[in-house]
Amino acid sequence: MRRDLSLFQLYLALVAMGIGGVGLALGLPTLGTAPAVEVFFALAFLSGLRLVVRFSPWLDGALAVFGAMALIVSLPGGVMPAHHWLALIAAWAFAWLFVERLSACIRAGILPETGVGLLIPIMFGLALLVVWEVVTRGANVPPVLLPPPSAIGMRLMAETHILWADFVQTFIKSVLPGYAIGCLAGLAVAILVDRSPFLKAGIMPIGNFMSALPIIGIAPIMVMWFGFDWQSKAAVVVAMTFFPMLVNTVAGLNAASSIERDLMRTYAASYWQTLMKLRLPAAGPFIFNALKINSTLALIGAIVAEFFGTPVVGMGFRISTGVGRLAIDLVWAEIAVAAVAGSAFYGVIALIEKGVTFWHPSVRGGRA
Amino acid sequence: MTAVVSAEHLGLTFPTGDGDIVALSDVNLTIEKGDFVSFIGPSGCGKTTFLRTIADLEQPTSGTLTINGMSAEQAREARAYGYVFQAPALYPWRTIEKNVALPLEIMGYSQAQQAERIARTLELVNLSGFEKKYPWQLSGGMQQRASIARALAFDADLLLMDEPFGALDEIVRDHLNSELLKLWDRTQKTICFVTHSIPEAVYLSTKIVVMSPRPGRVTDIIESSLPRERPLDIRETPEFLEIAARVRDGLRAGHSYDGDLV
Repeated sequence: MRRDLSLFQLYLALVAMGIGGVGLALGLPTLGTAPAVEVFFALAFLSGLRLVVRFSPWLDGALAVFGAMALIVSLPGGVMPAHHWLALIAAWAFAWLFVERLSACIRAGILPETGVGLLIPIMFGLALLVVWEVVTRGANVPPVLLPPPSAIGMRLMAETHILWADFVQTFIKSVLPGYAIGCLAGLAVAILVDRSPFLKAGIMPIGNFMSALPIIGIAPIMVMWFGFDWQSKAAVVVAMTFFPMLVNTVAGLNAASSIERDLMRTYAASYWQTLMKLRLPAAGPFIFNALKINSTLALIGAIVAEFFGTPVVGMGFRISTGVGRLAIDLVWAEIAVAAVAGSAFYGVIALIEKGVTFWHPSVRGGRA
Repeated sequence: MTAVVSAEHLGLTFPTGDGDIVALSDVNLTIEKGDFVSFIGPSGCGKTTFLRTIADLEQPTSGTLTINGMSAEQAREARAYGYVFQAPALYPWRTIEKNVALPLEIMGYSQAQQAERIARTLELVNLSGFEKKYPWQLSGGMQQRASIARALAFDADLLLMDEPFGALDEIVRDHLNSELLKLWDRTQKTICFVTHSIPEAVYLSTKIVVMSPRPGRVTDIIESSLPRERPLDIRETPEFLEIAARVRDGLRAGHSYDGDLV
């Protein structure tokens, strides 16, 4: 047995090789109709040579990419020939083998973590897209059920102006102001609550109650109160983001140790000095947790709120009307934009967190 | 000589659900200016509680306590003392110099005064050159030195230290003890020092207060005859060993009072 492969990797390699052989044999009667796939089968079969010679992981990667491209190029208009499905499995096996061997190399320190490490999720994402594309087109899945990613991509390109207008309406006009107001209000109320036991007893249950309200229920009410435009969506976002910030900040304000507070007392520091110089900085990790949770909640809230009345623009509006008009690829394009926007928003906040709470053991990766 | 700390019949009882706990009972003590007073005793003897009472972090339930002729609360508000805790309690989001600047910022010193005092006190504890480091980048001993610098920064005449070197290993502790003595000699401060180490107490102090638990009380006050100038090897002299023996006797007496086996 070759020592550069683990047992599992060896299985994958054997599966890929075996499928290559079977696919080649099954393709003999129709030889020449899909030359790219046939070449891929042949190469997959030849990869069995790894049992005798050293076979670089990059070759596995190249084979996976080649197989995927061969499959996509050879996709027929109708249903895909049965043995082409084997090519999909073989390409998947190569991709798997590739990332397996790559991560093993990174773990062993042969390859650097930066750059190469990024390749693994990229490969994984691409593999998913390829499977999606081949399955939807190869099995003739009705586009209304699930459009292929290529169609979604085309829609994305073709309708940039619509998607941009929706993004501005939903993200810039509704999410950002709602998020800012909700988070700031949560922070301010948390400081008030912390100061007064009366407010703690009064406001915390109400905040809890508010957070338990279903967004589906409050969205139409907000639309009635604040009108069809972005104001009502921002109000929903405020309602959604307020409570996580309140609870986290109240917890965070108690994060400073008793010894750290005693120190402030020995300096005869005022309430505000203690708050600004000790308790708020110590609450930083908690506040950023809330900011991160809220960054995704806010987008969900705004999109769902748009289902209940909106001017003729906005991501939620586009999704709900797109479904009605069976323009499913546009719906998916909108979902893709929302996912990218949401992840980017989260990523920006996580980056700021790294800069601000650099001192916290969870960020600097040290002991407490 | 003027009394910096004066306690008369001082008592402190913590009420708990399980009955009252007498942390301090009938403590009478006078600390003069320039004294180095150690409080020694087993856990639960109230030595830390007494220090916290001086600092107005705990309130006595009976007796009187004056600091520089004021009540403990007035003294705290007049920033009469610097307190060094068992843990360094440096704020991890501040650099060492910013940590030392913390009391100065709160007390409203100007930027120029802050810079001058930071430089002076860090020099005093041999931490010059570490101004821009964060606490978690320094060793435990260095962190504790930085916390001493912080307590010295605003020039309070009284320094309260609660087992400041308790968490450090013996080699570092010896070193910091001799540095603390030099610092005390140079600054002429009054120091109250809580410890549970007999050699540490004898080595540092001009006055050793032996305490015992249940209820926390003072069993003996020993005036040290050692000179102010104390090299580390003074710990092998007969004089030193004699005082250490007396402290040990005091601790033992406190214990047998409880009927414990010794």
